[in-house]
Amino acid sequence: MINLILFPILIPLLMGIILIFFYKKIILQRIFSLLSTGASIVVSICMIDKIKNEGIQTVNLSNWDAPFGITIVSDMLSALLVLTTNIIAFCVLLYSFKGIDRERENYFYYAMIQFLLVGVTGAFSTGDIFNLFVFFEVMLMASYVLLVLGNTKIQLRETVKYIIVNVVASALFVVGVAYIYSVVGTLNMALISERISEVGGTGILTVIAVLFLLVFGLKGAIFPLFFWLPGSYNAAPIPILALFGALLTKVGVYSISRTYSLFFYQDSYVFSLLGILALITIILGAIGSIAYNDVKKIIIYNIITAIGVILFGFSTFNAVSLSGSIFYLLHDMIIKGALFLLIGAMIYITGTSNLKYMSGLMKKYPLLAWTFFIAALGLAGIPPLSGFVGKFLIIQGAFQAGNYIGSFIVVLSSLFVLLSVIKIFVKGFWGEESDNVMKKPVKTLLLPGCILVLLSFLIGIGVEVLSPYISLAAESLLQPENYIHAVLKE
Amino acid sequence: MEFLMILIIGILFMCATYLILSKSLLRIIIGTGLLSHGVHLLLLTMGGLKKGAAPLLGQHAESYSDPLPQALILTAIVISFGVTSFLLVLAYRTYQELGTDNMEKLRGKKYD
Repeated sequence: MINLILFPILIPLLMGIILIFFYKKIILQRIFSLLSTGASIVVSICMIDKIKNEGIQTVNLSNWDAPFGITIVSDMLSALLVLTTNIIAFCVLLYSFKGIDRERENYFYYAMIQFLLVGVTGAFSTGDIFNLFVFFEVMLMASYVLLVLGNTKIQLRETVKYIIVNVVASALFVVGVAYIYSVVGTLNMALISERISEVGGTGILTVIAVLFLLVFGLKGAIFPLFFWLPGSYNAAPIPILALFGALLTKVGVYSISRTYSLFFYQDSYVFSLLGILALITIILGAIGSIAYNDVKKIIIYNIITAIGVILFGFSTFNAVSLSGSIFYLLHDMIIKGALFLLIGAMIYITGTSNLKYMSGLMKKYPLLAWTFFIAALGLAGIPPLSGFVGKFLIIQGAFQAGNYIGSFIVVLSSLFVLLSVIKIFVKGFWGEESDNVMKKPVKTLLLPGCILVLLSFLIGIGVEVLSPYISLAAESLLQPENYIHAVLKE
Repeated sequence: MEFLMILIIGILFMCATYLILSKSLLRIIIGTGLLSHGVHLLLLTMGGLKKGAAPLLGQHAESYSDPLPQALILTAIVISFGVTSFLLVLAYRTYQELGTDNMEKLRGKKYD
């Protein structure tokens, strides 16, 4: 038993509380929030090393043994996600120093980011289904505040919708928890998994699986349930948008993969349902991303496409496609953060997010242009950048499972994704310089985006180094026995 | 007893759905409140209602009620209370800024 895995939850929690007390001292807030996120990064790196050497780590809170108390579990998948989360939060914080206005900073902006991190990392590392709900709510509460912070008309309007959608989803989540409690009589995810494998697949379990798909699909924005995402995310300012786009939807994806791999892995019906929904998500996301002329909207629709690709790989559920999905998940978090921060710099320079009114940025901002170009290629999955490996493995896994139509759609979606981001590059950076291109100091705005793009590049060329970690993460999804054994210590 | 509870939960869900689908923001908030009440009752019912004894009687008790659903409901109530109050404040601010609480009018390009 080791408390190390609690630190990524506790550090932001304590720091968030501390930051509330001196909310007027902006400089201190900046330094402290950077420090705490940096510390979380260090802790998560230690954690990954430890999990690699010693297997899945667990902590039973208050020393109540596993099925009775609340367990915090960290396997390789959650540790990798926690690390990525903190890296993205670090870069978003760096961006926010210049990229967010003073009024927002004055109203608990940094404290709320810390609370958001509590919710996200907590959801990644909890081993108790009701506790997952609680961490979801922590995360959502912080996200409501972040979304409405600034008090503009569009923000108020979209936040109302965002909250109502999420309140209904949370209610359904509790319904799902209640059902699963009545069927198996426990809330510990490992014990639920064990009991379900004893009971075998029954009808009620399929109902619960679909209910969970509904709930997590709403958070993760899959096909029939993504309607709220483009509007709500479009209202937020860029750093918050980057944080949401990179983290919040991925928590939904993580929860789907965790619950499905632990609870419903015998139920092939829900997996094929998930696969079909994921493919439709890819198609609609791709259509949305080429339909708009607004840089924010284009990248937002690309989130939806990526969710589809990840979940398609997950629904195939063999070793190859699972490691592909995890690769793509990590890649997508990083590259989405980078792209949002880069278009943030574009919007800062030109003062508009409409592509019609921005062109010719290349001459004055070559660094921004080429970083964006690399990020765009990475998003579409051009080798040797990071998107390629994930997509390649997902397609390979789909071929092994004989799903040719699905792999065709995934390959085709890459073209549309490339088209949509290259449209930004061609219209925004090439051509005549438009009047609203000012000479503004953007070095500090570019730095975090460049860090993330560099990271994604390193992931792309360092696949060999990363792949043992990824396959360990895929293994823990593929073999729930290890997870159960680590939690229940039988 | 369980049957009665299920009927009540059904009615609460029905009313909540009706209210959430209406145009007025305040009705929607009342709807979400009713929805969370229904969910809490469901949580209680799913744990088993009446087993004839107090929750904690030691290891050798023959019958005892399950304390877990009540603990879960307590947590869920606190969360839904927090979210509902946030939503009420937000609805009030929205009404002040945009001058309407009609969800039909809260869309389109007007307030971009």
